[in-house]
Amino acid sequence: MSDSIKSGNSKQDWPDNYRKAAEKAKDARIRAFYQAGCPDPQTPIKEVPMVALDFETTGLDADRHSIISIGLVPFTLGGIQLGNAWHQIVRPQLPLQQDTVTIHGITHSEIEHAPDLADVLDTLFQHLNGRIPVVHYRNIERPFLNRALQWRLKEQLRFPVIDTMAIEAHLHPKRNPSRWQQLMGKQPISIRLADSRTRYGLPHYAGHNALIDAIATAELFQAQVQHHFGTDTPIGDLWV
Amino acid sequence: MQAELLDIRNHIAQYPPFNDMPEELLERVVSGIEVVYYRAGTQILELGQTNHWLHYIRSGAVEIFRRSGELYNRVGEGEIFGQFGLMMNKKVRFPAKAIEDCLIYKIPDTTFQHLWENDENFADFVEIEDRSRLRSAVSRREKSNELMTAKVTRLISREPVSAPTTVRLQEAARIMTDNGVSALLLMDESGERPKLRGIITDRDLRTRAVTHALASETPISDIMSEGLITISARSFIFEAMLTMLHNNVHHLPVMEGDEVRGVIALSDIVKYESQSSLYLVSNIYHQNDVKGLKRISLEVRDSFVRMVNEDANSHMIGSAMAGIGRSFSQRLLELGEEKLGPPPVPYCFMALGSMARDEQLVVTDQDNAMVLDDSFIPEEHDEYFLALAKFVSDGLAECGYTYCTGDIMATNPKWRQPLSVWKGYFTDWIENPKAEALLNSNIFFDLDGIHGQTDFTEQLKTLIVEKASGSQRFLTFLARNALNRTPPLGFFRTFVLEEDGKHQKTFNLKRRGTAPLSDLIRVHALGCGSRSQNSFERLKDIAKTKLLLEDDAGNLRDALEFISIVRIRHQALAIEEGREPDNNVRPEDLSPFERSHLKDAFQIVSNAQKFLRFRYNAGGATRNV
Repeated sequence: MSDSIKSGNSKQDWPDNYRKAAEKAKDARIRAFYQAGCPDPQTPIKEVPMVALDFETTGLDADRHSIISIGLVPFTLGGIQLGNAWHQIVRPQLPLQQDTVTIHGITHSEIEHAPDLADVLDTLFQHLNGRIPVVHYRNIERPFLNRALQWRLKEQLRFPVIDTMAIEAHLHPKRNPSRWQQLMGKQPISIRLADSRTRYGLPHYAGHNALIDAIATAELFQAQVQHHFGTDTPIGDLWV
Repeated sequence: MQAELLDIRNHIAQYPPFNDMPEELLERVVSGIEVVYYRAGTQILELGQTNHWLHYIRSGAVEIFRRSGELYNRVGEGEIFGQFGLMMNKKVRFPAKAIEDCLIYKIPDTTFQHLWENDENFADFVEIEDRSRLRSAVSRREKSNELMTAKVTRLISREPVSAPTTVRLQEAARIMTDNGVSALLLMDESGERPKLRGIITDRDLRTRAVTHALASETPISDIMSEGLITISARSFIFEAMLTMLHNNVHHLPVMEGDEVRGVIALSDIVKYESQSSLYLVSNIYHQNDVKGLKRISLEVRDSFVRMVNEDANSHMIGSAMAGIGRSFSQRLLELGEEKLGPPPVPYCFMALGSMARDEQLVVTDQDNAMVLDDSFIPEEHDEYFLALAKFVSDGLAECGYTYCTGDIMATNPKWRQPLSVWKGYFTDWIENPKAEALLNSNIFFDLDGIHGQTDFTEQLKTLIVEKASGSQRFLTFLARNALNRTPPLGFFRTFVLEEDGKHQKTFNLKRRGTAPLSDLIRVHALGCGSRSQNSFERLKDIAKTKLLLEDDAGNLRDALEFISIVRIRHQALAIEEGREPDNNVRPEDLSPFERSHLKDAFQIVSNAQKFLRFRYNAGGATRNV
């Protein structure tokens, strides 16, 4: 595995971090999250329970923007369980910008009547505990969740994720053609979710919401494992 | 279902059998889905593997194979696979392989069963697979049981006996005799390891070697059967049975890869199947009075239910029950002769109708007759035969075989006559047919000598075979009678129901199902000069003469088997629930699977009746109900 999937987090001892964090945690929900544990990095990926996670946000900066919807679906390499999928709209702390609304298809009225994230934390943690989150682009879900919890519970939440976009980036290191190649008509290779899926023969989803994107991410990860890694790959090689 | 899953719901809702499904069922489908990705080239389902999922292809393409490895079907987006195993024993019957990268929606068996029970369209859809669907239905039983769950290896009692293909006829026969086997495997030993090349059976020795007076030095390879039909050691006994029946072979080598594990014979299966009824029969012969017989007769129904639960086919059950009925009659005749003394002149006691056809079930009356020697003098001898007939008939009634309402019993003087009179009856029926008279004498054309001078009955059979096939008028009348009862199928493939004695809307599986079938099979059988009595045997004879296309005969066989087995199961269920068994079935008591296949079977009967009308020019006297 080249370093392109990896970040500074890769060298962390996640199971040990979880144990230590469980002792320090004050909020019962955060403690339960850490107590549910993190698999040993040597665990084959086929044995790891995962949860595909997608947030819609009002922008890209966790310090300035808020989560407006959460979609998640638990899965393993053996199957994505639609029956246990969860979708929740939450009320952002900051006013909604007009353009975000059109992207997400969520109306002002839906948001006004939505609960605060703090009110749905129990359900959120029920789905997260004991599972490794899988996201497409790691710089949204993890920082936004961490920031939101810091703000509400005054506690951090640190966890490894599998990033399907980083995997695509790793597989296509020279995805941006040189000037010369661009002249010859070569297109850059997109590692966006929908474009990545096309390369694996995965279908196009017409809808655009956090849950469908979470499902799409879970499917993409299954395809990546089958094409490039194999089901016995240690989880520690894939998480960041 | 989450509203955000609409994309998935909408995809499924485009394709049959989901396209007309009520929203509530559709949501149930979506909520149960597990999504799995398979890379091109991946084996999705392996033969015999346990599978609890219906597979729906969201994207990609899949190839479905027969167990032989032959390509069966190619399915793509919006199509399903894996349903056959779910309808049977949760074992994969058709292996599946991804030929493109596939996204599969797996729908759990619990949902599948729910849809199958609650959505008629869905049930019809998953059961449809051309003609083979009925055939597979025949091999399916509600309850899992011995024949379904026991592997063929259970029937292997010894190492296979084999010889090289180079042995001579005499040597092969000696090996078979020494080892006491009815089949010898012949191995090609020219390669590194011996390879199974052929088989020779007792029957082959008789028909090929002895009848053609072959020299004892004839190489065995000249007369052995090649291109063997074999079965895997992992197969179930019922699969072996079906393989034998479909290929008309009596021995199957059991293979584990290239290795022969053993050989099983049809007789092994029959023995395995009928131990319980054989025990009952031997017990009948140990009884010394009617009281004892009556006591034993209480076990007949248990034996029937046991055979049903052991997954015997209708032919096996029909002959076992007929065999039991015959044994009761024979024992009663023996006891009667002990009581009344030896008969004054030779006679033959004949069984008629279902007992003669080997198609008896538990709800049955007695149909019998006596053929007396031509030296019979009524004034001197009839007192004896009347007394004997009465003893037997009363005894049978005690044992649960009710008196015949049409008075077709040996106690009726008309049906207790010398052979020459009987020959006159049959000649008259055939040469001067009258519709009404034939309607009542139909039953005499299913006959079987069960006690005494059975060759009297054989003489009557010969007479029928000789006269009937040439008499168009007789066949026309017989065909008209056979068209009197039509299957209970309406114009739109709905069941036509009648009110039964209990004021329930039902259809009668005997009167509107098996009876019209055996009637029309009888007409063809007499038309082609068949001597057989059993409907399945008759169909074999008919198929040989090309009177019916082989496919049509096969369809009739499957229809008869299916209707019979539904009727049999209906009766077995009643017995188990402590009700009196009958032939009246309410459609709602059948599974969607049975309903759908019954409709197929009735359609086959209906088509066969149309052909019968045409073939014997029997257009005039049909009645439609």
